Amino acid sequence: MPTVAPLDLSGHCIAACWIADVPHFALADGTVHRLDHGHKSVEAHDGLLAAVPSLDGRVLLTAGEDGKVQAISPAGEVSLLSEVPRKWVHAVTAGPQATVAWASGRNAYVRLADGTVREFQHQRTAEGVAFAPKGLRIAVARYNGATLHFPAAAGKPTELEWAGAHMMVTFSPDGQFLVTAMQENALHGWKLADGKHMRMSGYPAKVKSLSWGPKGRWLASSGAPAAIVWPFQSKDGPMGKAPLELGTRGDSMATAVAFHPGDEVVAIGYADGMVLAARCADQKEVLLRRPGKGAVGTLAWDPTGQRLAFGSDAGDCGVIDITG
Amino acid sequence: MPEAQAQKSAQIPVTVLTGYLGSGKTTLLNRILSEDHGKRYAVIVNEFGEIGIDNDLIVESDEEIYEMNNGCICCTVRGDLVRTVEGLMRRPGRFDAILVETTGLADPAPVAQTFFMDEDVRSKTRLDAVVALVDAKHLPLRLKDSHEAEDQIAFADVIVLNKTDLVSADELAAVEATVRAINPAARIHKAERSGVPLGEVLDRGAFDLKRALESDPHFLDADEHDHDHHGHDHHHGEASPIHDVSVRSISLRADEMDPRKFFPWIEKTTQMDGPNILRLKGIIALKGDDERYVVQGVHMILEGDHQRPWKDGEKRESRLVFIGRDLDEERLRRTFEACKA
Repeated sequence: MPTVAPLDLSGHCIAACWIADVPHFALADGTVHRLDHGHKSVEAHDGLLAAVPSLDGRVLLTAGEDGKVQAISPAGEVSLLSEVPRKWVHAVTAGPQATVAWASGRNAYVRLADGTVREFQHQRTAEGVAFAPKGLRIAVARYNGATLHFPAAAGKPTELEWAGAHMMVTFSPDGQFLVTAMQENALHGWKLADGKHMRMSGYPAKVKSLSWGPKGRWLASSGAPAAIVWPFQSKDGPMGKAPLELGTRGDSMATAVAFHPGDEVVAIGYADGMVLAARCADQKEVLLRRPGKGAVGTLAWDPTGQRLAFGSDAGDCGVIDITG
Repeated sequence: MPEAQAQKSAQIPVTVLTGYLGSGKTTLLNRILSEDHGKRYAVIVNEFGEIGIDNDLIVESDEEIYEMNNGCICCTVRGDLVRTVEGLMRRPGRFDAILVETTGLADPAPVAQTFFMDEDVRSKTRLDAVVALVDAKHLPLRLKDSHEAEDQIAFADVIVLNKTDLVSADELAAVEATVRAINPAARIHKAERSGVPLGEVLDRGAFDLKRALESDPHFLDADEHDHDHHGHDHHHGEASPIHDVSVRSISLRADEMDPRKFFPWIEKTTQMDGPNILRLKGIIALKGDDERYVVQGVHMILEGDHQRPWKDGEKRESRLVFIGRDLDEERLRRTFEACKA
């Protein structure tokens, strides 16, 4: 039986994640809480907009309404990576070789391991940023498509066009596909080798959470009363194939998804606070947490896949241990 | 219903201030922020202007229009507002209401549509009113320059005809008649230095079907009202005394409507003419229905609801105003009248 260790905070949880094996909860008010031999917290921003662990899981990267990008160590030490006064930094992501990328207004920035920061300007707002798994390449989600840059080299960016506003972006773990979540209720994808388009639509709500399965064989998404899980096993991705619908509920929308690090099992958080786990192979479900106070907006497995951290927009957060 | 109402009261009201540079927007904004009314505001501005805005919570955002892949102009929203409002609403304890200041060049339709079309924004906020500031002195010039000045007037629920001290009585009358010709459904206030009572600008409930058409005695009665007071210089349906105006309003009036004809008609009309309709507002008397039915729309977005019972002795009359461009008045009038019971 899974057991839930609750952590009731006051405020909207932006991101739950694991730093050096310790669950962290970054709240919109700018505080970052952690359960490290007791409840500890640190003030990182005047208003926090995004948070993500570094790829090695040793540092939490945060971005805020105060124009700052910060790195928080496991001991809770906050160090400033960048500051653009009076501008919201609305997205942050971590890349290979200790790189960090963030977006503010129409610009995307990449900070290399040696501390140099490169700026990439766009005609329209840089809504989201993502690193490719290899080769130091970033994708920027923007109005009418996505732009690819190589931050370590000079040269013209690659433009991928598709009408509409693209808000979030992610590379498949093998680097073959780029997928965006749009302002309209749809995902869009490109096969990077040939630029072929993939339209993934039919969602009743906006997609705000995406998670790749082990070896990139599946892509799970929120935005429906179930986790919508697209098959990416073939060389053309999900084209012409129907997605799996896991954890279908009649009365609540899936608001967060997180694939287990080792198994083809998705943790699904819902608008009413419930958390389920569902398996791709047979669509079997296990209840992990009963409904709570707010919508589950963020889920994160620890590296071993035994514990799941969750956070809601009402502040009821916690850790689920699936080994009981 | 009780649940729906509870949710409604939790929604944060949003007031949109439009108007050209120099029309007095910042002056009005600072009055709203500094007067003693006990309310805290979050302010979204396009850029920190030269005149400082004195407020704790102020966010700068680039005006950015997002059209959907389907190309429907009615689905067009302001991407910056989606992002900023969502961010602000994650820390809701800090303010009681939101003010959005747009630039003079802003198209007001996507601003309003953001509050109807984006589910996240819609679930947490409600558009209270669009307020347009009009510089009485420079309006004729602005109308010559651009569509935007006209669109802002056409779109507004409240129009502050500002800087009246800088024009003669005749000039003011001409400007007011022009504003009235573009938008007969809005409430107009004349002011110097943005000195309009704040109660006339805030908490108007202009998009609240239960309130919108109740609170405004001018609504759809612009022609009658004008006839009462100075009917000699303004006749219903007459073009505006200032040319360069391409927006016009069409006011329709009839007795009771057959609901089986009226609803399909209004849906078809807004589907077909939606891109040309900036706003529509109406009170409909439906045959066999003891309550007033109110409708309002922005482009193709149409909302309707029962408002209140008809009062004893109240004339059961249907009135509908379309404000837009290139509207076929003859067809609208003919097809509207064909819906009569």
